[in-house]
Amino acid sequence: MSILVLADHHDGQLGSATAHVVAAAQQMAKESGGDIDVLVAGENVSAVAETAAQLDGVTRVRVADNAVYAHQLAEPLGDLLAALADDYSHVLASASTTGKNVLPRLAALKDVSQLSDIIGVASADTFQRPIYAGNAIATVQSADRLKVITVRTSAFEAVSESGSAAIETVDTVVDNALSAFVGEELAQSERPELGAAKVVISGGRGMGSGENFKLLDGIADKLGAAIGASRAAVDAGFVPNDMQVGQTGKIVAPELYIAVGISGAIQHLAGMKDSKVIVAINKDEEAPIFQIADYGLVADLFEALPELESKL
Amino acid sequence: MKILVAVKRVIDYNVKIRVKPDNSDVDLTNVKMAMNPFCEIAVEEAVRLKERGVASEVVAVTVGPKAAQEQLRTALALGADRAIHINTSAETDEKVESLAVAKLLQKVVEEEQPQLVILGKQAIDTDNNQTGQMLAALTGLPQGTFASEVKVEGDKLQVTREIDGGLQTVALSLPAIVTTDLRLNEPRYAKLPDIMKAKKKPLATQTPAELGVEVASKVTLLKVESPAERQGGIKVGSVDELVEKLKNEAKVIS
Repeated sequence: MSILVLADHHDGQLGSATAHVVAAAQQMAKESGGDIDVLVAGENVSAVAETAAQLDGVTRVRVADNAVYAHQLAEPLGDLLAALADDYSHVLASASTTGKNVLPRLAALKDVSQLSDIIGVASADTFQRPIYAGNAIATVQSADRLKVITVRTSAFEAVSESGSAAIETVDTVVDNALSAFVGEELAQSERPELGAAKVVISGGRGMGSGENFKLLDGIADKLGAAIGASRAAVDAGFVPNDMQVGQTGKIVAPELYIAVGISGAIQHLAGMKDSKVIVAINKDEEAPIFQIADYGLVADLFEALPELESKL
Repeated sequence: MKILVAVKRVIDYNVKIRVKPDNSDVDLTNVKMAMNPFCEIAVEEAVRLKERGVASEVVAVTVGPKAAQEQLRTALALGADRAIHINTSAETDEKVESLAVAKLLQKVVEEEQPQLVILGKQAIDTDNNQTGQMLAALTGLPQGTFASEVKVEGDKLQVTREIDGGLQTVALSLPAIVTTDLRLNEPRYAKLPDIMKAKKKPLATQTPAELGVEVASKVTLLKVESPAERQGGIKVGSVDELVEKLKNEAKVIS
């Protein structure tokens, strides 16, 4: 049986998450031996399909291009996946807000469980996933005939783009009288996406105000970094929730993570502890963040940040 | 309109968890339990809708062991009018998975016919983030997940959702299912007189068998381990030293 991967895409572009999900699918296919298909569902998504066809390991890209799939609303996408799922042993999506929104709907429609946010593949039916905010790792085995799985993308290396999969049209069109798209407000940023950035610099409650987050801008510009925040900074109203790194926000694993004015609450660590190199800048030398940081600098961030910016 | 709000009893979010020595599960003996934080936000939103005159009745429901009635009493103290406990004590408590919970809630929805069901987006024990979406699929209702704003406009529900990179607003037909994200509201604390009053509010109990729902799952928990500990590194004395280390030792900047 084959594996179906639901593609992430936005504004006519394939999301970087999909290459990671295909990598997870390859690990499952190694044992089950099936093909890997990618489903691109949306409106005017032919360019997305062409990029998806280049992902290594993909056999077919199936394209459902119709106005009803625009904005990837959960109700029509769940119905579409349910109509296609019988040909597959596994349906995968990234643990993005789209994947998390849609896949449980598919699972319920097919009367199977879902495995959320897997970080490891032990075999085609056994997976590792974090529980309790990443403070424990569960190994779970599914005997369901269809395995519905969301994948934590930072746990799998992306496949490269040297393939040339066949592109096929899916004619299935479902009705949606339940939900309608009204609007979208996306943060406009020249910077890389948090989940995909090679360098992330995050501020915590120690930043003191939203205004002070500007101190991170210059450093982020020099390093090509995305800017994140701890939940404490979000709860204090300094920055919007979509900047949050942590179990209840984004899970990141960049090459370099710089935590500024962040004490290191468990829930924040769960979102960044798999980063390759961690730097902590905090004036409290007892802050728990120093216990996991590769390089700790005990300093007043209001002095250290301008100096760091000038020396990069 | 009638609102159904689902709550879950979980480990208190301040408690550091321990894995059992035999790696069979997380050790919950003598651990402080509480209402799941996202469920607190769900209760708060339902109560605010009632205070604004949008909702006429708020019914709290939980699926869990007998002790989960504590969390229902909390919901009642916060402003819910009555509560329903689906007692799973006969089953192995923690193993009632999201799909089974969604099936049980589906029965409650059929019975109660609420116009709006509000749930937390995920529970902080299993971190599944599934139940609301599954309930929506089983009941054939629309879903507004990860909500940061909920507005009733005529026969529609306008939900602003926290999505990767920003916000999305959708219009849903009613009845609908909503799951809460952090910024929807800031939950209140229960006041002592309300806690006393909550003891007298009605609380009904049902079992999965009475509702005709099979809670067994095909997913087996093989083992639970502590995550690999990350070793701490060194302290640097200055910004210069930090930049030097990142360039020449870690080689993550150039």
